[in-house]
Amino acid sequence: MTDAVNKDSIEVDAHGHVAVDVTTLDAELIEGPSVATPDVAEYALWLGDDSLVLAQQLGAWISRAPELEEDVALGNVGLDLIGHARSLLHYAGTATDRTEDDLAYWRTEPDFRSLHIVEQPNGDFAHTIARQFIVSHYLFELHSRLRASADATLAAIAAKAVKEVDYHRDHSTQWVLRLAQGTDESRRRMITALSDLWPYVEEIFRDDPLIDRLEGIAVRPSSLRPAFDAAIAPVLAEAELEIPRGFVASGGGRTGKHSEHLAFLLAEMQVLTRAHPGASW
Amino acid sequence: MTSTITPDTSAPVAISVEEQQFNDLIEADSRIEPRDWMPEGYRKSLVRQISQHAHSEIIGMQPESNWITRAPSLKRKAILMAKVQDEAGHGLYLYSAAQTLGATRDDMTDALIAGKARYSSIFNYPTPSWADMGSIGWLVDGAAICNQVPLCRASYGPYGRAMVRICKEESFHQRQGFEILLELMQGTEEQRQMAQDSVNRWYWPALMMFGPPDDDSPNSAQSMAWKIKRHSNDELRQRFVNMLVPQAAVLGVTLPDPDLHFNEETQQWDLGEIDWTEFHEVLAGRGPNNAQRLQRRRDAHDEGAWVREAAAAYAHKQSARTEEMAAK
Amino acid sequence: MTTPGDSAAEIWPLWEVFVRSNRGLSHVHVGSLHAPDETLAVRNARDLYTRRSEGVSVWVVPAAAITTSDPDAKGAFFESPAGKNYRHASYYSKSEGVKHL
Repeated sequence: MTDAVNKDSIEVDAHGHVAVDVTTLDAELIEGPSVATPDVAEYALWLGDDSLVLAQQLGAWISRAPELEEDVALGNVGLDLIGHARSLLHYAGTATDRTEDDLAYWRTEPDFRSLHIVEQPNGDFAHTIARQFIVSHYLFELHSRLRASADATLAAIAAKAVKEVDYHRDHSTQWVLRLAQGTDESRRRMITALSDLWPYVEEIFRDDPLIDRLEGIAVRPSSLRPAFDAAIAPVLAEAELEIPRGFVASGGGRTGKHSEHLAFLLAEMQVLTRAHPGASW
Repeated sequence: MTSTITPDTSAPVAISVEEQQFNDLIEADSRIEPRDWMPEGYRKSLVRQISQHAHSEIIGMQPESNWITRAPSLKRKAILMAKVQDEAGHGLYLYSAAQTLGATRDDMTDALIAGKARYSSIFNYPTPSWADMGSIGWLVDGAAICNQVPLCRASYGPYGRAMVRICKEESFHQRQGFEILLELMQGTEEQRQMAQDSVNRWYWPALMMFGPPDDDSPNSAQSMAWKIKRHSNDELRQRFVNMLVPQAAVLGVTLPDPDLHFNEETQQWDLGEIDWTEFHEVLAGRGPNNAQRLQRRRDAHDEGAWVREAAAAYAHKQSARTEEMAAK
Repeated sequence: MTTPGDSAAEIWPLWEVFVRSNRGLSHVHVGSLHAPDETLAVRNARDLYTRRSEGVSVWVVPAAAITTSDPDAKGAFFESPAGKNYRHASYYSKSEGVKHL
């Protein structure tokens, strides 16, 4: 919707009436004509759950950010991710005749496929930024490649998402630089955050038999690691941050083994919907 | 202060050229711009009104952001997030308008978190149910729009321009609230109860948003003379109720005023007595959530201090580095 | 004379924001915001002032860097064009009815 004439043209008159003209709107969700196969649906759940869980976490920041401008910025990132989650879950649902909301609200923890890194709590602003920095860089490489997927729906979702996560990548990069080289306190917090989050990086790039069955459709996680490392290296160098050493978390999100955080997050997210089975909102 | 508007004719006061220019601009329905001369009272009134308005947007994020993580569908979650984010944006537009009058954001923020500045009392009410997201949109934003649309023509240019942006964006806020209630009213018995209960709680506070009755509104007359404000509190309140009644019928909700009736003579809806004691209680800081709202704002501000300082320190270092490079 | 509202006391300085709403149009002043530096200022401007695809390009300018005309000298500053009607096409009425002029 780049054409100005297509936008809401609103007449505000002195008598308190606000009139809104008809407007041409973009499609809210990316929907393909196809029905996902069970394997493609599983893969869409992987990606959809990552975006959903991360969006849920960012949603909790709004009205609590370090500055009002940042409330708006984090809100934009969260909104983009909710959009990706909805498109991906919608597509995953076509395989089993379920809606995006059936999948978001009526699955329990073991049926979620999110990575542990997106489940890690918001923590302080440095933790949120460290998580964003890692995940956005991964998502950018992922969607860049997924644009060429043989699955037209996944390719279309990725084509939109890649531009948005490119911006998320930049947003988190700017903040990594500032926190790492701002004050002593911010540097200390940034280093702590990065070392708290780093153990969860390995799981992101772990392959799974599902990927073998989706040759040409899914992006092989391990194949993204070199590009990820190459993209973050110059930022960390400029920020004078070292890649933390230490333990590698066991992970297991893709097979339904989750961190302890996910259950709390789902309990909050699903509480109202589950109190009213069959209701429409 | 009032002498600028109604000069005391018995003893003619010489007014300055600037003052005459200011009066002429107001008279001609033109706009006052930031660097124009203006009476100190006009400036103070505007700073007070615009900053209170900005604070209301910022505190107003809280009752709704409470439900972002619990929104009952992904579509509603996205809408609510966008709406609360808009409110941060509206706060920023307004702070920026106030800033053109010489008020700094830091001072305004400090006054807010110290509990010295006012914001709309409506946001001191709790949001215990999802239906409150509907009522806030339909009733609270609806009342706000009635108040705000005339402000698009406020005599102070930056304020009017900020209000134009805000009004355009707010029209979605009211509609989404109406839709939430409509969905609930067309849903299960429990959902309908949720909606009605919420309308019962928000209706009167929304009417109080227009401020005290005209004969009890200390700042109104001067604001109207200066064309900051264009309609009286009671006028706007009446207009709002006239709009609500048919909308409530579409929703199928009952407005909780047994005395509400159509007056054939005036062709308006006459409302029952408003309980102003409650209004004054909430205004005096004894509302259900006053302390909590301020505490949360204070926490966000305090906990964000190290981030703001870090970014400022980084900027200083970078510009020092650039200067150093240039000097070589 | 700088733009009003800028204060050296604030931890993040004030930036004025200009948005080009479409190709072929000028950047128009839309408001201001706070940011620690120009890199974040332009990003904050994008986030704040183009949430509904209002723009294809954004400028940010430190509020302190803007020089404005002195409003008190308004008469002297903007008086000159008055009385020079011959700068406007409508001044030339004799060509009325002649096409392509």
